[in-house]
Amino acid sequence: MVQTSTAPLPSSARPYVGTGQRRIDGVSKVTGQARYAAEFPADGLLYGHVVSGGALASGEILRIDTRAAEAVAGVVRVYTHENRPRQPWFDSTYQDQVAPPGIPFRPLKDAKIVYSGQPVALVVAQSLEVAAYAASLLEITYREEPFRTDLAAEQSNAYVPPEKRAGIEPPPPDRGDVDRALAEAPVKVEASYFVAAEHHNPMETHASTVVWNDGKLTVYDKIQGVVASKEYLNEVFGLSPDDVHVISPFVGGAFGVGLRPQYQLFLATMAALDLRRSVRVTLTRDQMFTLTYRPHTIQHLALGAERDGRLTAIRHEAVAATSTFEDYQEVVVNWSGLGYRCPNVAFDYKLAKLHTYTPSDMRAPGAATGVYGLECAMDELAHAAGIDPLELRLKNYAEEDANTGKPFTSKQLRECYRQGAERFGWSRRSPRPRSMRDGRELIGWGLATGFWEASMQQTSARAVLSADGGLELATATADIGTGTYTILAQIAADAMGVPIEQVDVKIGDSSLPASPLEGGSWTAASAGSAVQKACFGLREQLFHHARAMEGSPLANEVLERIIFTGGRMEVANDPSRSVVVADVMAALGLEKLAAEETAKPDQDAQENYSGYTHSAIFVEVRVDEELNVVRVTRIVDAVAAGRILNLKTARSQILGGVVFGIGMALEEQSELDHRFGRFMNHNIAEYHIPVNADVRDIDVIFVEEHDDKVSPIGVKGLGEIGIVGTAAAIANAIFHATGKRVRDLPITPDKLLRDDVDGVSSGMARAG
Amino acid sequence: MNRFSYVRPDAVAAAVRERASDPGARFIAGGTNLLDLMKYDVEAPSRLIDITRLPLRDIQEIDGGLRIGALVPNSDLAYDPRIEERYPLLASAILAGASPQLRNMATTGGNLLQRTRCVYFYDTATPCNKRTPGSGCSAIGGINRQHAILGASEHCIATNPSDMGVALAALRANVRVAGPDGERTIPFSEFHRLPGDEPQRDNNLAADELILSVDLPAEHFAANYTYLKLRERLSYAFALVSVAAALRLEDGKIAEARLALGGVAHKPWRDEEAEELLRGQPAERASFEQAALRILSGARGFGENDFKIELARRAIVRALEQAAAGTPQSQSDKRVQ
Repeated sequence: MVQTSTAPLPSSARPYVGTGQRRIDGVSKVTGQARYAAEFPADGLLYGHVVSGGALASGEILRIDTRAAEAVAGVVRVYTHENRPRQPWFDSTYQDQVAPPGIPFRPLKDAKIVYSGQPVALVVAQSLEVAAYAASLLEITYREEPFRTDLAAEQSNAYVPPEKRAGIEPPPPDRGDVDRALAEAPVKVEASYFVAAEHHNPMETHASTVVWNDGKLTVYDKIQGVVASKEYLNEVFGLSPDDVHVISPFVGGAFGVGLRPQYQLFLATMAALDLRRSVRVTLTRDQMFTLTYRPHTIQHLALGAERDGRLTAIRHEAVAATSTFEDYQEVVVNWSGLGYRCPNVAFDYKLAKLHTYTPSDMRAPGAATGVYGLECAMDELAHAAGIDPLELRLKNYAEEDANTGKPFTSKQLRECYRQGAERFGWSRRSPRPRSMRDGRELIGWGLATGFWEASMQQTSARAVLSADGGLELATATADIGTGTYTILAQIAADAMGVPIEQVDVKIGDSSLPASPLEGGSWTAASAGSAVQKACFGLREQLFHHARAMEGSPLANEVLERIIFTGGRMEVANDPSRSVVVADVMAALGLEKLAAEETAKPDQDAQENYSGYTHSAIFVEVRVDEELNVVRVTRIVDAVAAGRILNLKTARSQILGGVVFGIGMALEEQSELDHRFGRFMNHNIAEYHIPVNADVRDIDVIFVEEHDDKVSPIGVKGLGEIGIVGTAAAIANAIFHATGKRVRDLPITPDKLLRDDVDGVSSGMARAG
Repeated sequence: MNRFSYVRPDAVAAAVRERASDPGARFIAGGTNLLDLMKYDVEAPSRLIDITRLPLRDIQEIDGGLRIGALVPNSDLAYDPRIEERYPLLASAILAGASPQLRNMATTGGNLLQRTRCVYFYDTATPCNKRTPGSGCSAIGGINRQHAILGASEHCIATNPSDMGVALAALRANVRVAGPDGERTIPFSEFHRLPGDEPQRDNNLAADELILSVDLPAEHFAANYTYLKLRERLSYAFALVSVAAALRLEDGKIAEARLALGGVAHKPWRDEEAEELLRGQPAERASFEQAALRILSGARGFGENDFKIELARRAIVRALEQAAAGTPQSQSDKRVQ
């Protein structure tokens, strides 16, 4: 049973919101009718194949021989830095919506190599096969310069980023006296934790189909927000807004890798404009490892507490990877200041420059990393203090966001702990590590807390009602597999009192009302509020028209008392007084009625409250004592995220996040060979993500939570909270099962075994 | 991927002739590995000889054993009632590998010829002696958690990725091949090679030879066997270490033992001395420990894969325990018994 807030939105008599609804785009997806960026046809389409640079991360191209490639029948052009069309001079021109401080990577700018695998040429041909074959014939000679890709070695050169990334809260000021509190604390733990670099690996690889039509471009792009691609192309190629139309109706997963326009968009557009032809560029799976990644991060945590477990001190330090040309930043250490009540807290967040591509946001950026460190350290503290890990968290429950001193918009975390623990059976946990077993398998139970920002962004939407009862919604937002199409239809169907089958949702098109990037878990709250507001605009128009009709049964009514249901407007508590919506349209001779609105976050709430979603995640692992085979056999995740719009897609969001967390804990790592500065396991046979056998019972609980501050529709967002804390809960469960603390993700069999052999917990330091 | 020509002969002799006439030609059946290698520009055949029309799809009785045609798909083989009943070790090993979709396409002969999964072998931007002889071995001093601990050389530390092959080694299968001069039979243990100074050669098949069948001897160890595979996720990953163990027990003593390892060497690794050591011993942990130590006496790690020596020791002991107890590892339930 899933519990949730099911109170209907205002005035809807038959709510879709709060129920489990199938995806309205499901049939088109499973029948192959949903088109993705690489699937849109175009007359005379040419195919570009990207040539990736060699096994060096710094240096320059001395010579690039394209003759053999150009001689292949069907090859139209081979672009390199030597013959590319003229580019804008200023680096700032290339900054996209979420570019971090620095100089964006500019494909084919010059002979310089700034990371291994960077695009060094584009072969354009009549077919994909010819382009790929010709690409293999390029002969490239490099001059190598020294490069550094080893984060551990670069720690000593880490620095506080001088320019902050927009939208990313830098660490708050330290509070209290952490050194003294730690020195005086009767219980303390201190340890370092490592999170491996990870690549996003969405199912759909990046692709752009650029359709050239007499100088105007229609661009089908894999992107988490069409506006980002459009603005980028307008700037970089100096095109007028009218000349670029970006369309991206479906996105086959992204997880953050689609937030910044990637190099295939630049290359396809460059070629299309130069050749005055339509061009498609699709990346291979290997090339997906030449894009951005979750930065590997070294964290150091020190926690001090009274004997009863009350926290007295937290120090949270992190060094994260970035590129040599941009300072990518995320919120890693701040969580330690708001997660628990603690008077003395110190933060430090630094970057180390590596010769890789710039990292970027990947599902719960910063939190997946930082909360992993905090929640493992909390588990170590619980063990050191001899206190149950759940009790420790309740003892230090934060009633306000101590980083800002503001109250939370809502926080039902206590209820998450209670319901999650009850469902999981936490009270039956035997506290001592290695004390639960079944034959040769050691059983461990671990838990962690999850935190993620809850916010909304300004978003516009249009709702158009047709005389035949059809309702069309339009907003530029994206659906990256999350269920945006469906929740928008639900919200509108409820608002207008029409069956969901009558609602048509148009998104992913830069000609539609403006919407921000799909990210930060804010889309349901933002696009949902915009759609509801547009529908309310329609209702207002309809009501005014209906009331003005001769002999209207609604003549003396006010809008607040009108319920829209079954295609009618009726007076609350008096259904005998009603007007059929279609009759109003007919009487006015209206084919269509439209309303366009912009929803904005509440300024007052933004300034005076702190918005977060919360979760409590409980994990059971079984570990073969001798062979160290880890199985995650049971997970309960209790989530408080405000109003749940669609129980089915909401649950899927959490399941997906939790599975991501299993991968982070046990499997995922992009492995750098520092001699080549190159991620070597660049395919999904060797880069492991969980398969079905790795995923067993996952029980999702939505805890009822009323939030009237984050967004007008009470939604806080779900895209990211599922991963936050999951890796910590698994690591903590492994400790409980085996007595081994592996502080180095992913926890692969070799690390658990090393612990047996050396008798020392692996990781970068021991608990103090 | 390069341009290539394509032929599809109907007879073995014609297929062998095609191969002999063009050194750049390759046989293709299921294509589950070759097509990947072509897309990665690791292989660039001038001609593909599609052998799927050759009459090599049957499983036949021979001398108390079975003859498995080279084109029998892995799935058909794993679920063949004769294999399930008489050679469950082989069925189990096949089902421990790949995915149902791959097993549907992959063939018996092709499985023997699949190439290593070493990441450097697949990345043409990096040196690799197996791909480009003389260029160097990047795995030595590089990413080598998956790599060999037995029988490696300074030129190559790659492993053979097959699961099926480990069972075939333990079962002492034979490989029947056809060449321009007729047929010959190669004992399975001599089919694959160690890297030595020619790591580009995975096996002892001549360039113009074609695998006809894999022949299983009569002794099949249906009562006491296991295939235990340890990997970095519970399914669809290549072995860190795998063990095929088979025992014939008489009065609690080991009358005959078979032991082969996967994921640890350039070939499915079988150690006859370890098998011999077990013969006549009581079927108990102490005996198994002895055998494990014997097999691993020459083991050597290369950094990241040092752990495999201890992991292999434990896996061998566990596998022999499973085999002795008649509780083989289930390939559907991932719980290790």
